[in-house]
Amino acid sequence: MSEELHDVRLVVNGVPHDLGVPARRLLSDALRHDLGLTGTHVGCEHGVCGSCTVLLDGTPVRSCLLLAVTVSGSEVTTVEGLTNADGSLGPVQQAFKDCHGLQCGFCTPGFLTTITAGLRDNPCPTHDEAKEMIAGNLCRCTGYQNIVSAVERAAELIAGEGESP
Amino acid sequence: MTTRMFGERIARVEDDRFLRGAGRYVDDLGADALHAAVLRSPHAHARIVDIDVSAVLDVDGVHAVFTYDDLQGPMAEPLPLLIPHPALTHGRTQYALAKDEVNHVGEAIAFVVADDRYVAEDAVDKIVVTYEFLPPVVGLAAARAAERLVHDDVPGNVAARLEQHVGDAPAAIAAAPHRLSLDLDIERSASTPMEGRGTLARWDTDSGRMQVWTSTQTSTGVRAAVAAKLGLDLGHVDVITPDVGGGFGVKIVHPWPEELLVPLAARALGQPVKFIEDRREHFISSAHERAQVQHVEVGFDDDGRLLGLDVAFWHDNGAYTPYGLIVPIITSTQLLGPYKPHNYRVTFESLYTNTVIVTPYRGAGRPQGVYAMERTMDAIAAYLGKDRADVRAVNFIQPDEFPFDHHLTFQDGRPLVYDSGDYPQLLDKLKALIGWDDFETVRAEAAAQGRRLGLGLACYVEGTGVGPYEGAHIHVETSGKVKVATGLTTQGQGHQTAFAQIVADELGVPFESVEVVTGDTRRMPYAVGTFASRAAVMSGSAIHLAARKVKEKALRIAADALEASVDDLEIVDGSVRVKGAPDSSIALGTVAVLSNPLRYAFDEASGAATQFSVGDPGKPPVAEGEEPGLEGKDFYSPERSTFAAGMHAVIVEIDPDTAEIEILRYAVVHDCGNLINPMIVQGQIHGGVAQGVGGALYERMEYDENGQLLNASFMDFLMPYVTEVPDGIEIDHLETPSPLNPLGLKGAGEAGVIPSAAVFASAIEDAERLDPGNLAVTAMPISPSQLFDLREHHRRGHPVVEEARQRRLETSAQHRKDPS
Repeated sequence: MSEELHDVRLVVNGVPHDLGVPARRLLSDALRHDLGLTGTHVGCEHGVCGSCTVLLDGTPVRSCLLLAVTVSGSEVTTVEGLTNADGSLGPVQQAFKDCHGLQCGFCTPGFLTTITAGLRDNPCPTHDEAKEMIAGNLCRCTGYQNIVSAVERAAELIAGEGESP
Repeated sequence: MTTRMFGERIARVEDDRFLRGAGRYVDDLGADALHAAVLRSPHAHARIVDIDVSAVLDVDGVHAVFTYDDLQGPMAEPLPLLIPHPALTHGRTQYALAKDEVNHVGEAIAFVVADDRYVAEDAVDKIVVTYEFLPPVVGLAAARAAERLVHDDVPGNVAARLEQHVGDAPAAIAAAPHRLSLDLDIERSASTPMEGRGTLARWDTDSGRMQVWTSTQTSTGVRAAVAAKLGLDLGHVDVITPDVGGGFGVKIVHPWPEELLVPLAARALGQPVKFIEDRREHFISSAHERAQVQHVEVGFDDDGRLLGLDVAFWHDNGAYTPYGLIVPIITSTQLLGPYKPHNYRVTFESLYTNTVIVTPYRGAGRPQGVYAMERTMDAIAAYLGKDRADVRAVNFIQPDEFPFDHHLTFQDGRPLVYDSGDYPQLLDKLKALIGWDDFETVRAEAAAQGRRLGLGLACYVEGTGVGPYEGAHIHVETSGKVKVATGLTTQGQGHQTAFAQIVADELGVPFESVEVVTGDTRRMPYAVGTFASRAAVMSGSAIHLAARKVKEKALRIAADALEASVDDLEIVDGSVRVKGAPDSSIALGTVAVLSNPLRYAFDEASGAATQFSVGDPGKPPVAEGEEPGLEGKDFYSPERSTFAAGMHAVIVEIDPDTAEIEILRYAVVHDCGNLINPMIVQGQIHGGVAQGVGGALYERMEYDENGQLLNASFMDFLMPYVTEVPDGIEIDHLETPSPLNPLGLKGAGEAGVIPSAAVFASAIEDAERLDPGNLAVTAMPISPSQLFDLREHHRRGHPVVEEARQRRLETSAQHRKDPS
């Protein structure tokens, strides 16, 4: 390969990685193909479907619209980083399971990261706010009904965790 | 007793891996693979004069470039015509790489393999193709006019013409007290799964074996195609369908060019090769569906009872016909829905255009048929001034008329005979659920506030579980774990869960001990595929039958071990025990040990099965008629399809000024026989309804007159977000078991989408009746601006539909000529 490589440091799910990538390498490709974190899915490559959403320093971003070199030094959270410390499903993941919020599972990682950030900003969403929280992500299987329920369920689970010692 | 799993809302076993990001979709595999990119035609219709790849050969990181001239033997022949039909007199399929001519934007011309996709795309850009432009045929009007031809040797652009009839419809209509005719139009949409197509192949030079992972709805179909096209023995090809990010029909088409080119390149290069389709490629090189123009003539009596129905329609099949006539045949037969027309004639022409191929998308021709029939029912009701539900009810096939023979031939070549159903009860349930009889009050209250509400309904019958067969293999390991394999594939329907429920019940084992594998030809080489709402019916039945065989075998072996009669035994929680004496029991894992007489021990359990430990020295170790191992295999092959049914109602509110359409309530009543897992069925309905909303109100493939797809991205093709779907879908079930299979199952996968165009047309027309006169909705999908146009033309007393449509076409053509 003749392409010039650039040094990039990404801290993904708390683990630092040093990479050499071409300038045009998308963050989504760097995560999937360079780091082997294939939980982040690419559904459209033009930032509309939201499947590739990851948290960049806590904020949801479309990893298919970012070049890896532009986010060097950032903390990235992917779907693989949403489980609890003991390895059990995190509250948003558990809520999706409880509510049958997924079918083929392809769009799911983008919903999970988006909702994780959304509930951090707004822990008690109203029904309309729950819908608004996922209004930028496409799903072709579920018709969204159970995903909205999962947002509300996740808020309950997180609130429950807060109450427990 | 073990808790019965069938019919329970069991949480899905698939979810854990998907929720952790540990699903394995095809692009998650083959980290060491080379990547392919495809040069696709930018023109809708052109002859290829020359392809110059010389600039590619020096690109660093490029391993190979293929054009048609590199294809040999069967690979140089056209792709298979998968479903031939006698009426398909002019079937045409494409080449894996275009030979002399391209017939739609997106058709594959060259295939480049490189270190990564970036380099492969760079290389594609360096290929220079010289074209001789040909005038394209775009849209059904142009196809029918046939002033230009898509294929020189297909006169009139007609791929097929098919007629079916029962009775004498024209005569019955002529003699009927009342007659109506309708001209209807429905546009293109597409499956559009979130994951596009993708294929990975690994050629093992040492063993001469090919392994292919592909995002398909049929592993066995792809396997047969790869073997035939690459000249490999079937036994040397494995096709494995990993997790699939949605299918909805588009992935039943096979082999896609890339499903052959990827293994071809992998063998040529001796390295694994992967192709992952991007979103634009999916729009312009995969399949679309729906587009038809329909003409309905109907004769009826004073009650709205059908006396004769004569339907002609024109079906846009795109540039090629690899999937035969399945879509228009389904339209022509499933149009009848729950009704008895007495005299019916249907004629269709399937026509070529220079656009992407048209193959089944969830619903597969049914949405169009239901649209034609339900628009007709609404028109009859309006004409007679009768309640729309009443007009439908007088035409229903009655519960005591099953099996009901329509005397037509269905898509599987079998007689169109409905097996069971109860349509009057479905209608009663729907009316109760949506509040049909109280709606005029609701409407009046809204109208008093200046709000415009409309109520629509639509009914359908769906032939599901088509043959020819599916099979299952079940193996109880000595650990007691139960390994189940069925050959059809999975793309989100929760098969691993639903099928495990069936096995747990029939075999008497814990649900958690059952592991189901789908779509892996190494595990089950005999299979058809996942389409036509057939997986639960076909594989569910086969798995049930295979589990029964394993159970019978386990009981035979355990009867010897426990010195009891088979009739006195039962299997509970994974142990065979004597009824009424639970202490006298033997674990299924131990039965598995005993089922396989051994010479060599490898652990304590297997030691119990060695030659000095078990067996009667006077008999052969494997009894006559038995085989080693606690396993069973069986197949289910029904005589014909089973027919599910349903009815939808929607209440819409339409802005009196802007014509914006809002969904207030959506109700579904559904009968898919016995439910294996109601949670999964409900999810299928939700998803189908959302796709239906898209197809009725938002999604259309917008081709210009040059055959360019103008909205080939998620920016411009309006798939529903959460903001576009109903907030809550009210569902009620009726369970009329099918008599055709052991579990009484009918298919459920496609139901949600089938009546959508019809139910929204009905509701919008109903809302708009507040305007003077009878505004007819005859073209779907309908956008607010189109509805606004329709109103304006209607107010001016024009023959609205044709004019509105014509104006829209002129406007968009003008817009395209002058892009500023």
